[in-house]
Amino acid sequence: MQYTLSVLVENHAGVLSKISGLFSRRGFNIDSLAVGVTNNPEVSRITIVANGDEYVVEQLEKQLNKVIPVIKVKRLAEGEFISRELILIKVHCAASKRAEIIKTAEIMQAKIVDVAPSCVTVEYCECTNRVETLIDLLRPYGIREIVRTGTIAIDRGNTALSV
Amino acid sequence: MISGAEIMVKCLEAEGVKVVFGYPGATICPFYDKLYDSSIKHVLVRQEQNAAHAASGYSRCSGLPGVCVATSGPGATNLITGIATAYADSVPMIAITGQVKSDLLGRDVFQEADITGACEPFVKHSYLVSKTEDLPRIFKEAFHIASTGRKGPVLIDIPMDIQQNEIESFEYPDKVNIIGYKPNTRGHAVQIKRAVEAIKNSRRPLIVSGGGVLSSGVKPKFQAFADKTRIPVISTMMGIGVMPSDHEMYLGMLGTHGKPVANRALHDADLVIVCGARLGDRAVAAPDQMSEKTTVIHIDIDPAEIGKNVKTEIPIVGDMKNVLNMLCDEIGDYVVPNQWQETVKGWKKSFYRTPPKFDGFVEPRALVQKLSSMLKSKAILVADVGQNQIWCANNFMIRDGRFLTTGGMGTMGYSIPASVGVKFARPTRDVVVVCGDGSFQMSMNELATIVGNDLAIKIIIMRNHRLGMVRELQDVFYEKRHSGTILEGDPDFQKIAEAYGIDHAEVNSNEEAEEILRTVVKSDKPFILVCNVYPDTPSI
Repeated sequence: MQYTLSVLVENHAGVLSKISGLFSRRGFNIDSLAVGVTNNPEVSRITIVANGDEYVVEQLEKQLNKVIPVIKVKRLAEGEFISRELILIKVHCAASKRAEIIKTAEIMQAKIVDVAPSCVTVEYCECTNRVETLIDLLRPYGIREIVRTGTIAIDRGNTALSV
Repeated sequence: MISGAEIMVKCLEAEGVKVVFGYPGATICPFYDKLYDSSIKHVLVRQEQNAAHAASGYSRCSGLPGVCVATSGPGATNLITGIATAYADSVPMIAITGQVKSDLLGRDVFQEADITGACEPFVKHSYLVSKTEDLPRIFKEAFHIASTGRKGPVLIDIPMDIQQNEIESFEYPDKVNIIGYKPNTRGHAVQIKRAVEAIKNSRRPLIVSGGGVLSSGVKPKFQAFADKTRIPVISTMMGIGVMPSDHEMYLGMLGTHGKPVANRALHDADLVIVCGARLGDRAVAAPDQMSEKTTVIHIDIDPAEIGKNVKTEIPIVGDMKNVLNMLCDEIGDYVVPNQWQETVKGWKKSFYRTPPKFDGFVEPRALVQKLSSMLKSKAILVADVGQNQIWCANNFMIRDGRFLTTGGMGTMGYSIPASVGVKFARPTRDVVVVCGDGSFQMSMNELATIVGNDLAIKIIIMRNHRLGMVRELQDVFYEKRHSGTILEGDPDFQKIAEAYGIDHAEVNSNEEAEEILRTVVKSDKPFILVCNVYPDTPSI
């Protein structure tokens, strides 16, 4: 099962290494990790997407809570949150294929952010499933390079995670 | 103006620190210079790892965080095993290390090591100090973190310039405010009710006590609870001493090297109350089998322990002290079914075996048992790691004293340095070390610390010329191929004792050993007793 955790941490140097070290040390597999400062400049928010059974996710939550600079850990409920990641894809693109690729990007609501004689770069900000779909659609043209941010997520509705 | 080094000393004084264990070096010199003027006693160990073990021994017997100090680079890395030991055994400790100057950090200069990075998995928390102004807050937080919640070591790494810089004034904060650290010490009332209901509905309840009962300082209350309810008690290695060894309802240590009667009780129990124990693999080898037929109530200050190794029906997060009070109130005048009491008492008798004797050698299990009666009731026995540890764990008869060993980490060489800390914490108690010839040689350099500080520590070396526990493992699982387990080239321990000016004797029978010990335990000087033990003597 895949699950998404939101972790509020003190915004200090060294906090990220305390957390990332925990994963390898305790044998947790994570799919992605994204970190950035929140509306409170003293607090950063880490979004972790990981795989495992109930035992693993429970242990992961508890071990995260033991890290002193960790302020709050929340498991986001399936279907109750919005998630996004940003991807930049550089696709091989002969002039003859350019229109096709632009059309594909348009259908997916992605943006062309750079064009070169034999390449285009596509920017896309969506949930992981949609991102994967776009990659699949572009793969036949020849993908030269991919860079992704890792997933960030936020609860739907009125609830807000704060310190 | 006041320097960082002076602030460090003042912080320790403000925390009531009376003694620190350490080993100096260039980058911690500013601190050592200020320490020289302080009333805090500095104990010079002979290797940094032992400073950490001494601080651990001190901490476990004083209830205060022990403090150890080392310099940067190799001094700091030598501390690691001691810090990791304290972490595994949940012992509160403050480790202070010097570090190269801030502007040299990361340049791989002389005696530089990333000690906060290296210790990450073994500390409860760590600080690399970047401003002299931060020192008071950091010390206050460090002592708070080390000694609350699940206790453990906290490392403070302080670059030399931070120690040298001067600031306007010193003020020690009286409160801490760490937003992400608020341990839950109160048990949940609903869970307590559920637990009591389950206990009342069970027919064969059993308590498994761990080190958590001792570290929360709740031994008398715990004993009263067991006395009143008559629920049989077994303990993990770290929990030994929670009950007097000869208590009618106490069955001894569980696990691979535990007492058969304790394991039998665990096997037959229909409800187990786990108190402050992690139940590692040496305690419960097949946790799945256990949880299948047993209702588990797990009480622990650390929520991450609950359900980690053993499936738990009723988790209770909180300090043993509070939880026990709540349990006592809730349980009323409940007493365990008579039949279960009688069954357990019957087992206790039928499982007892006298260890076999080997002529011309000391029988270690019988000697440890006898030793108990020669010591004062509050005596502290410090066992090392290996067969000596198991002999002591299963045979030392605790009355009102302590049994110390590293049950979590299992670090050989622990006993002698730890006993140094113990003696500083409890100078009037009988302090006895039992170690093997392997473990003795891992820390015999600390005999100098013992002599240098006039510590009346009695050291019993069980000499079998083997790394006995591994030898035993090889006998069973590796076709008796004794690869690397024969201690060749051992020195004459009596001559070693002689060189340090410590009184000593060597014996080949229990009678001789007992006769010597009877007089020696009363003296105020250290002593080394070398006991020759038959090499094939089993652990259990």
